[in-house]
Amino acid sequence: MDRRSALQRVALLMGGTVVGAELFLSGGCKTAPKGVADLFSEDSISLFSEIAETILPATATPGAKAAGVGEFIPVMVRDCYSPEEQKAVLDGLLDMDKRCNETYKKGFMDMTAEQRTEFLTVLDKEQREYQKTVVEPKLKEIRDAKMSGSAAGQPNKDNNAAATATTAEPADPVPHYFRMIKQHTMLGFFTSKVGATEVLRYVEVPGKYEGCIDYKKGDRAWAT
Amino acid sequence: MPENYDAIVVGSGISGGWAAKELCEKGLKVLLLERGGPYDHIKDYKTAGKKPWEFEHRGETTSEQEEVRPVIHRSWGAQEQVIDAWTNEKDCPYIEDKPFNWWRSYRMGGRSILWGRQSYRWSDLDFAANGKEGVGVDWPIRYKDLAEWYDYVETFAGISGSVEGIKHLPDGKFLPPMALNCVEQDVAARLKKQYNGARHLIIGRVANLTAPIAGRTQCQFRSRCWEGCPFGGYFSSQSSTLPAAVATGNLTIRPWSIVRQVLYNKDTKKATGVEIIDAEDSKTYSFNSRIVFVCASAINSAWILMQSATDIWPGGLGSSSDQLGHNIMDHHYRLGASGKVEGYLDKYVFGRRANGFYIPRFANIGKDKRDFLRGYGYQGSASRQGWQRDVAELNIGAALKDELTEPGQWTMGMTGFGEVLPDHRNRMYLHATEKDKWGLPVPVMDAVLRDNENKMRISMANDAAEMLESVGLKEVHSWNNFHPMGDGIHEMGTARMGRDAKTSVLNGHNQVWDCKNVFVTDGASMASSACQNPSLTYMALTARAADFAFEELKKGNL
Repeated sequence: MDRRSALQRVALLMGGTVVGAELFLSGGCKTAPKGVADLFSEDSISLFSEIAETILPATATPGAKAAGVGEFIPVMVRDCYSPEEQKAVLDGLLDMDKRCNETYKKGFMDMTAEQRTEFLTVLDKEQREYQKTVVEPKLKEIRDAKMSGSAAGQPNKDNNAAATATTAEPADPVPHYFRMIKQHTMLGFFTSKVGATEVLRYVEVPGKYEGCIDYKKGDRAWAT
Repeated sequence: MPENYDAIVVGSGISGGWAAKELCEKGLKVLLLERGGPYDHIKDYKTAGKKPWEFEHRGETTSEQEEVRPVIHRSWGAQEQVIDAWTNEKDCPYIEDKPFNWWRSYRMGGRSILWGRQSYRWSDLDFAANGKEGVGVDWPIRYKDLAEWYDYVETFAGISGSVEGIKHLPDGKFLPPMALNCVEQDVAARLKKQYNGARHLIIGRVANLTAPIAGRTQCQFRSRCWEGCPFGGYFSSQSSTLPAAVATGNLTIRPWSIVRQVLYNKDTKKATGVEIIDAEDSKTYSFNSRIVFVCASAINSAWILMQSATDIWPGGLGSSSDQLGHNIMDHHYRLGASGKVEGYLDKYVFGRRANGFYIPRFANIGKDKRDFLRGYGYQGSASRQGWQRDVAELNIGAALKDELTEPGQWTMGMTGFGEVLPDHRNRMYLHATEKDKWGLPVPVMDAVLRDNENKMRISMANDAAEMLESVGLKEVHSWNNFHPMGDGIHEMGTARMGRDAKTSVLNGHNQVWDCKNVFVTDGASMASSACQNPSLTYMALTARAADFAFEELKKGNL
């Protein structure tokens, strides 16, 4: 588990210099998010809303935009992401903008719905590949090291009571930025009021458990 | 507040709550000390009525929360709904000579609010094992000593379960069982056939009410137990033992009371009470009593004894056997198997069952001989996949959304819970110089899984996969990850019971050999760990010890 430092987070907020920011600007975007705080700008929220809507669009039921996912993602990035994950998302937005301009000669916001879907489908395939070839092997390595190495019984050399968690765990690898965005789009959508009650089914107090009821194709899943 | 009581109970969790109830109901004036703050039934269950979308981070925790509670963030307890329940690890540090995940909740009710509620009796397979195998020390009690107390605590706590007639997992006084779902029912039947009746898949025995009992409403199947239940639908100190104790008029509760030591009079060879530090004003206070029940949880109960009577015994009260703080056990898990179930696509469930199935121990029973001692059980469930599933053939867009709007296919998974042997090398001790913010010595953890457990783990993962395959599951995969001690949240054994004062800390009535009016009845007292969830046994041991202590008081023996 990654141990995140508040100081580092602040530094990122304040400094906010992200390599390639100028590319973002040249790509026609009005305000490139330079730091996490910028993710709360109207432009950024619109961008997240449109990305989320492309992942989970309105169909017969409302989509991600109506569920407020564009507002939700910046909150998660700000509060729950490690500095490394925050950087990955900020860099990822620049990467997206650069590639949209290369391929479609315009920014994501100006692309058609078909172009957006095509582009994010490519990104999703990329993130799956990245997960399989980079993240999962690294996670396995960490697990194996714990099983066979110091964690399996050798004392901590730098034992120090000043720190509560005296066993530093190796940091998990940072996932592909689109994986994080997609996952938090799904979380933000299906746990929203719209998602849970208008797209899925939500019963606050079931009052009983029945382990074998009839189901027919098309019946909605339970939200929780 | 008054300084004199008949009894002092240290800790308000499952064991302390029971001690307070039993002693109060016998007419003793009881002081219950809790190191954390108040946490009132229903009123303080702040999140329990929130809708999922009312949680700002939808269940995830923030980086700041992770900084304050890094240990909790190593495992699955770090969730937005309950993050404040866990102890502030900056204020209450401990040291790990070896990795140790210590799950603590310092507030009224302790971990009785958060517990998993699985409630299983032990049998003589468990109580007799140490003696038979020459491991640790023989338990000074057998099933017959505890059977009536199991009856008693089950009836009051409210345990739902099915009567199965499994000899080594004795049936109890059960409320009606929860239901297995269709897949689990069929798997249970196939498993029975596959293993000629030697393996069972049964509904979990759980401290959730499936019928109302006095003052409590039955479980509403919301599956949000650990946020505190506004219906009182499961057993906690708040829903069950504390109201009963309060109703006697004999209970005084003092929160923010960190017990620094049991006060010991070397002339009478008895405890006279306890000394506390007030966690808020950091001042020292003393309270007197005729008996003391130490129920602070295994590590902290040993810690208190180590801090007590050090002028007589440098290692503390109960240390004369050199067993105090040693023999730490847990249940080891972080392994299991899961797979996909074909069919049943016309079946679904209603309600959120805060329970699953249980596969009781089968290893080293009858003809099933293994190359390790003892055994393990499994807990798991079958369910249809939800929106969290990955749909490999779908990336993004309307098709993905439509797919996730419906339940996915059935899957089934289970986790093993293995017995840990008592081993003198597995221990906790007080650091010589490091202190916490109250100037109290910091505990150090030095315990690991050893050969028997590590051998067992290979079988646990293999057996899980083999069983799932044998009943027809597809794409079965098993896992076996590193288990740091403590992560089972069943830490125990630091002040074990035994038959001999030379080799154990407590006698057969949970009495400290060296100080007869001090009783330790929580996990510290365990001489072995079995593989069943231990809380029900703590309840039974506590009620039994309280009865004994009261009788001894009456006879003038304490």
